[in-house]
Amino acid sequence: MRMKVLLLVLVLGGLSGPALADARGDAKEQVKFGIAVAQRGLWREAIYRWERATQLDPTYAAAHNNLAIGYEHEGDLNKARGAYEKAMELEPGNALIKQNYELFKEINDRTTRKDVQ
Amino acid sequence: MTGRLARTFSSVAAAALTAACASYSEIPIETPIRPTMDVSAFQRVLVAGFISGGSEDVDGNLETTRLLRSQLRNKSGLRVIDTDSLPLLEVANEGRTASGAGTPAAPKDEKEMEMYSNVFANVEYWKKIGEEYQQPLIVTGTVLFTPHQRNSIVQREEEVYDSFGRRRVVPVRGYVERKGFALKPKFIFIDGRTGTVMHSQTASEEILYNANQATPALSSYFELMDRILPGFLSTLSSQKVKGTRVLLQ
Repeated sequence: MRMKVLLLVLVLGGLSGPALADARGDAKEQVKFGIAVAQRGLWREAIYRWERATQLDPTYAAAHNNLAIGYEHEGDLNKARGAYEKAMELEPGNALIKQNYELFKEINDRTTRKDVQ
Repeated sequence: MTGRLARTFSSVAAAALTAACASYSEIPIETPIRPTMDVSAFQRVLVAGFISGGSEDVDGNLETTRLLRSQLRNKSGLRVIDTDSLPLLEVANEGRTASGAGTPAAPKDEKEMEMYSNVFANVEYWKKIGEEYQQPLIVTGTVLFTPHQRNSIVQREEEVYDSFGRRRVVPVRGYVERKGFALKPKFIFIDGRTGTVMHSQTASEEILYNANQATPALSSYFELMDRILPGFLSTLSSQKVKGTRVLLQ
């Protein structure tokens, strides 16, 4: 019985490994394309690509980071915060994501500062 | 064999370096910020003047009124009304004392400034001003610009020579007296149709220089206002904040 379970784990592991690698590979392509179009100022297209990348591989921190930047550029600060937080959750040690998030927070805090009569 | 191995290592290292460099890129972005207040009901804005206090080297009322008018003229969709600034200190003083006689002294600190703040709640007064200028959005408030000083620990490098005459540079920490200014404006936005306060916003900035550095008060005032203005403008009009972010692969 134990052997059967072990065999099943090995088979599933063997199948899911390449599948995960494919997902990451496809997501990377989307991310790369998104960067290329963002650099040409086509932010809507870039956001579409990065959203696609996060759907293909929800564990891809770089895609969430880039998506957050895209949302920030479009002024959708709530969505940007969510995407940054997801990226930070996936890669808490990534200094570049952290730096982006800190810069974003500076702007976001300015807009949410409540000093209203 | 060793040469080939070294070449292989160096090419692998170069590839790794290239990959590392290529895995991120900086990109400039412009974040649009929506205004905090809805001012769509107004076509005109009256920067009415400010109750100012603190340093006598800068007329906080005059300078702030001028600066805000020019900024609003360039960076908002509202038409700016040009007029003399209102004698708010006198108006506030009338409300504060029974006699109201004589020109009141400018407030020296926050506590004294607070004593004059009743003028902003005078709905009838602001409604009258509003009627006079065709019911604009009214911008007023208080400006406190005060000299400021602080002693702080700073680290500097000092040359030392040992018994053999060898020179070394060592970090030395010490107290340094620093002088400057603090600016605390409170912007109050009043509905010229009703005379009521719609929104108020406070800011606080300070600047310090080394004690031997003589910086004119007016240039410090403008430096501090430069930091405060984006926050003020984003209350009335949408702004774009420029910055850079890092895209990752």
